Amino acid sequence: MATNYVLVIAIVVLVACGTVLVLERSLSRILIGFVMLGNGVNLTYLVASGPSGDAPIIGMGSGEMTDPLPQAMVLTAIVITLGVTAFGLALAYRAWQLTGHDDVQDDLEDDLVRRRADLDHPSASFDDIAAGIPDEEGEDQPSEPTGVSDDELAAEIEAEDAHEEAAATRSQWVDPRDRDTTRHTPPDDTTTEEGR
Amino acid sequence: MTQIVVLPVLLPLLGAGLCLVFGRSARAQRLISVVVLTTVVVTAATLLVRADRFGPQAVQIGGWGPDIGISLIADRLSALMLLVSTFVTLCVLLYSFGQGIVEYGRETPLSVFHPTFLVLSAGVSNAFLSADLFNLFVGFEVLLAASFVLITLGGTEARIRAGTIYVVVSLISSAIFLVAISCVYAATGTVSFAELAGRVGDLPPGIAQMLQLLLLTTFCIKAAVFPLSAWLPDSYPTAPAPVTAVFAGLLTKVGIYAIVRIQTLVFPGDGLRGLLLWASILTMVIGILGAVAQSDIKRILSFTLVSHIGYMLFGIAFATQLGLSGAIFYIAHHITVQTVLFLVAGLIEYRAGTTNLSRLGGLARSAPVLSVVFFVPAMNLAGIPPFSGFLGKVALGQAGIADGDWLAVTTVAASILTSLLTLYAIAKVWNRAFWQPAPDADHEHDDEDDWSHGPLHGGGRVSSSAGTLMTTMWQKVEQTQRLPMAMGLPTVMLVIFSVGLTVLAGPLFGITDRAATELLERTPYISAVLGGQP
Repeated sequence: MATNYVLVIAIVVLVACGTVLVLERSLSRILIGFVMLGNGVNLTYLVASGPSGDAPIIGMGSGEMTDPLPQAMVLTAIVITLGVTAFGLALAYRAWQLTGHDDVQDDLEDDLVRRRADLDHPSASFDDIAAGIPDEEGEDQPSEPTGVSDDELAAEIEAEDAHEEAAATRSQWVDPRDRDTTRHTPPDDTTTEEGR
Repeated sequence: MTQIVVLPVLLPLLGAGLCLVFGRSARAQRLISVVVLTTVVVTAATLLVRADRFGPQAVQIGGWGPDIGISLIADRLSALMLLVSTFVTLCVLLYSFGQGIVEYGRETPLSVFHPTFLVLSAGVSNAFLSADLFNLFVGFEVLLAASFVLITLGGTEARIRAGTIYVVVSLISSAIFLVAISCVYAATGTVSFAELAGRVGDLPPGIAQMLQLLLLTTFCIKAAVFPLSAWLPDSYPTAPAPVTAVFAGLLTKVGIYAIVRIQTLVFPGDGLRGLLLWASILTMVIGILGAVAQSDIKRILSFTLVSHIGYMLFGIAFATQLGLSGAIFYIAHHITVQTVLFLVAGLIEYRAGTTNLSRLGGLARSAPVLSVVFFVPAMNLAGIPPFSGFLGKVALGQAGIADGDWLAVTTVAASILTSLLTLYAIAKVWNRAFWQPAPDADHEHDDEDDWSHGPLHGGGRVSSSAGTLMTTMWQKVEQTQRLPMAMGLPTVMLVIFSVGLTVLAGPLFGITDRAATELLERTPYISAVLGGQP
């Protein structure tokens, strides 16, 4: 069976562009990427259905019919893509309503764990929280808590984020990559101080 | 009589339509949902009995042949999964009534919740019963679309963020699934499992392996198997308790079910055994290490969920009767236990206003019933004898030892380590939330703003005015200091059910053994779908 190279090239271009866009942080770009990706994937069904022929209606054509099954599948896939894309757009709009942008933020809790590791402090869920409560022997001295509490760290991160968001609103077209570097600076950096 | 196979898919969809029609009446919506789901549970039980007695029950929808039409089939594995999942769904539904009443009062529900919940149930049933790849894809999409709505319920900032991650990951996995289906069709000219079983053997081994890898990648994303699991702990904890509970119980298990199906029916034998075992080891160990690092109950539970997926994969990888039987038993056990633990997390949140361990304490004294309800499934999850978690782990361990080579034994060792670490994570929750005295108890009651920088919990980044479904509303009712029966009873029901799995482990293992034999034989399934056709 001769391969249809036009289709194959179209698939490659669509899927490649879609993949690049999906890797962005902004949800609206991800969605555009997903639509391209989805269309590329849908085209693979045309390749899968083999050589083209007459319309698959019994009694209509004289020669070989095309395989109708992939067409039925691809129709279903298109409908599903449409619905999901609409939901994604609503999601992006809602994110924009709430925060002024539709970038996907890092998880706050991941940030917490990472910072705790950077600071080399025990987590607040470590024993120190129970300082002052005697254990079985009852001879413990209440020790100074050594950990940084989750709340403090979280407040710190939030302050930074608020700072970033304020900056982002000031200059609408700030490059997302710049903002990322801000977010990943270690906490003892000057950014944190400003954030506070 | 085999026609009842379509009911678990059709009824919830019809019910969802009716619920939308009666969108203004909370009572009508509740009534419809309960009647529909109860009927589905009864149907699933009937199907299990029939599948066990008379072999797989298959239906060709619309009377088209299995090669072009859609067929649904319930063999022992499908029927058992269906029964456990619909029963759990029903309990979660009852729990959500309680929560809804507590949050909004009796008359003003969130009108979109019930229809979406029913659609989710239909999607799950469709995925379990589907006899071809494309219908499985549709089942996945139906349940995903419903889960998108549920995970972003209320549209608060934390949920939108979590929902975005979830939606994007799901979209990518769907795209990969579509590619896989088109490749399968191009290579074999069919998407029906039964026909694939006959045709994949004729393919060149390289092509067959590529198809298998594509499908496995898709299902591993859905099931949150290690390198592909990062999305789960990120997106689950922010949703309302009943939603997280039903997601945790069902959605990943649908992925596991799909892996079982293709590994036994379409690509039989223990191809990719090494890969699956390594994935299973990494999933178990890395998942549980994640749980140990967390300090929020819901997040700990999300990580144990990821970790315990490894156990099921472990049983599947051997492709022996012993391993599969253990894996199926473990799925049934884990659906129940993980769901009930998330429901209990919801109760803790209701009771104490948070699930963050550094703010909890003294619950064993102030809420003794809640402690018992937490303790039993928690020990069950950690695999303490005599609970079903222990039995499942023993069965898997036996399968590993029987297999006997070094990788299998390593996996068994990793599973024991994981079990111990699970106990550690659970003990941490128990000690800090239930046993230690409450930390400065009245600190948060008078300080509404406290929520705005609560570190994790749904409210993470939410300003206090936006409020999540759970937190802000519950501040007001907290004074009642009693668990509402409407939320407590379904939870207790599920706890009893999970203990019941222990008591009835003998008959249950009988069913899973027979299911595993049936899976390995393959002929009952294939002949049920293809029927009299050559």
